[in-house]
Amino acid sequence: MAIPVDMPKLSDTMEEGVLVAWLADEGDELSAGDVIAQVETDKATMDLEVFDDGVLLKKVVEEGEAVDIGALIAVLGEEGEDISDILAEFGEGDSDGKAEAQEAEDEEPEAEEADVGGDGAPEDAEVVASETEDATPGTVAADDNGRIKASPLARRIASENELDIAQIDGSGPHGRIIKRDVEAALEDRDAAPAERKAPAKERRADVATIEDEEFYEAIPLSQMRKTIARRLAESKYTAPHFYLTIDVDMERVVSFRKKINELAEEQERAKISFNDIITKACAVALREHPEVNSAYLEKEGEIRHYKQVHIGVAVAIDEGLVTPVIRNADRKGLATIAEETRELAGRARDRKLAPEEMEGSTFTTSNLGMFGIEEFTAIINPPSACILAIGAIRDEPVVQDGEIVPGKRMKVTLSCDHRVVDGAVGSGFLSTLRSFLEDPMNLLL
Amino acid sequence: MAELQFREAIRAAMTEEMERDEDIFLIGEEVAEYDGAYKVSQGMLDQFGPKRVIDTPISENGFAGLGIGAAMNGLRPIVEFMTFNFSFVAFDQLLNNVAKIRYMSGGQFSFPIVFRGPNGAAGQLAATHNTSVESFYAHIPGLKVVSPSTPEDGKGLLKAAIRDDDPVVFLESERMYGLKGEVSDEDDFILPLGKAHIVQEGDAVTIVANGKDYYIALEVADRLSEDGYQAEVIDPRTIRPMDFDTIIESIKKTNRCVVIDESNPFASISSEIAFQIQERAFDYLDAPVKRVTAKDVPAPYAKNLMDYYMPQADDAYEACRQVMYV
Repeated sequence: MAIPVDMPKLSDTMEEGVLVAWLADEGDELSAGDVIAQVETDKATMDLEVFDDGVLLKKVVEEGEAVDIGALIAVLGEEGEDISDILAEFGEGDSDGKAEAQEAEDEEPEAEEADVGGDGAPEDAEVVASETEDATPGTVAADDNGRIKASPLARRIASENELDIAQIDGSGPHGRIIKRDVEAALEDRDAAPAERKAPAKERRADVATIEDEEFYEAIPLSQMRKTIARRLAESKYTAPHFYLTIDVDMERVVSFRKKINELAEEQERAKISFNDIITKACAVALREHPEVNSAYLEKEGEIRHYKQVHIGVAVAIDEGLVTPVIRNADRKGLATIAEETRELAGRARDRKLAPEEMEGSTFTTSNLGMFGIEEFTAIINPPSACILAIGAIRDEPVVQDGEIVPGKRMKVTLSCDHRVVDGAVGSGFLSTLRSFLEDPMNLLL
Repeated sequence: MAELQFREAIRAAMTEEMERDEDIFLIGEEVAEYDGAYKVSQGMLDQFGPKRVIDTPISENGFAGLGIGAAMNGLRPIVEFMTFNFSFVAFDQLLNNVAKIRYMSGGQFSFPIVFRGPNGAAGQLAATHNTSVESFYAHIPGLKVVSPSTPEDGKGLLKAAIRDDDPVVFLESERMYGLKGEVSDEDDFILPLGKAHIVQEGDAVTIVANGKDYYIALEVADRLSEDGYQAEVIDPRTIRPMDFDTIIESIKKTNRCVVIDESNPFASISSEIAFQIQERAFDYLDAPVKRVTAKDVPAPYAKNLMDYYMPQADDAYEACRQVMYV
């Protein structure tokens, strides 16, 4: 009995996965737990394991292909087994990934038809086999990997005439771009208004050089980019944001941190950052304000006040940003928070975080202070109700007892989902947070 | 111009050469008393006598070797195989002796010898008597292989083959011996080896074909012409050394090619032509090179299956339209 291997849901926000690399070949004998491929989800690149023993009979998707959750990736079974039923079953779907599977399946009988010649690998019926080639003319020239199908001649003519072959529609089999397509494109270009070319001659040489430069570089959307785009747009469109900013006196935090880091040095512990202290302060403040540590869940028809405090810390990485989660931050000491944050951020930059390490935050912080940003507003990381945007600690003249003295100040801005958190509730939380930061010894209690 | 049958053109070439040079003799099964199994050597025994037109026992390995020995000693034999299907029992003579001794002796011996006879399919002769041998012999460095398509080419190329100082495998066809064609009256008409013939000029598609397939190519070119496309038909004439330059020049003009080849397809002359085109004219190709060949099975006996086994004009026509994208 052949067994389908389909695209699993590898993170709770995943909708599709890209099969980055096959690690097994058709015909390989596999045991449950063997890794057959790597899959890039919206969050990480993960190993895809099989859950059954069997021979890998067919790879249905190609490397680089994006596949919906539940779509067929491969088929396991016994050597020589008929898998047409499984392919047909999955082929009925209409999602992109499945359409591919169907296409692959359609090709099978053709190959068999061409196989009338005998037992070796007969080459006969070459014409018969190739007659099917022109079955679908003039549709897609590029396959899913972005490879453009064009005849060598078409490519040469295009390159000699500085035509972008990607802009040309192919009329050959499977959309192959052929000579006549390029010639038609050339004619179109030559027929284009002459005035566009004319003034170019009068322009100064340096301007012409700039015009010759490439105008942009196209970067394909990564899974992470797509996810950031989708989730943040969804957040901003559905959660009515409002913003509360408060100025915090950081004088004591600065001296407090100095002291504990002197200790850290003696004890050879990781140093504690301002951000770690703010994480801890948020966590403790959230315990007192469960309505801020919450989520608006429309589908479930409820508001959830979380009983645990899990702080997501936004980390910028090359491809975008991720938010590893410090779980139960309210119950952890500063040293543990510092250590965990550093470790998670390091692995985040290497894209080695497991999805569960980025899931389940009840509150998020985002810190741009290190860039000198004084204050900013952040977009809420759903389903959390609030996110705290942390600005830089500034040296500033402050008035103390009627005198102007040097001080240390920091602005934080809380973005609140007004469906859950009202102005007074958010302000109450910020006020508590400020009191912890302005008297950090309380964090130790 | 005289109209001659193919067999008459071959005979004329041998006769003219034997009249010119006493060192030339013809040897093979039934070539003398019986006037040749296909009447190619008709009357030659009477003209040249039994010392120069020699019947042999049914022993290809023996008389091929005898011819090779004679060539080593300065004579210029024409060895006739009743069909090239029988040349396989003399394969070592062709593969190892005649093809390689010039090389192995550092040029001390040369082999001005022609092995000639019918090649390829000739109807319901079943699996063992329908083999096309072009690629077998063309594969061997040291052998030249010629395959004429018309009586005139047969005459001109055979005279060149006889005069060549190296061994030449000269492939005729049972099916074509009765074929008539104009043959030049020119005194000492010779066609050089290694030169292809552009039979018909065109710009729509290049069709390469030799021997019987040459006639398929012409038929296909006619049909394409009715559709409004001018095909360029190239007859290589010599299989090795093949005139790839002419083919490549044509591809540069038409950007596409169909090769018709009576051989079984795997590792055949058509494979080699397709390879050379992709290597030397890759950037000029607008479509993959297509082949129309015999099917990749032993030749069947039943007539309907045999007809299907052979390259078909309809398939060649379709192949042309495919590479032309019409």
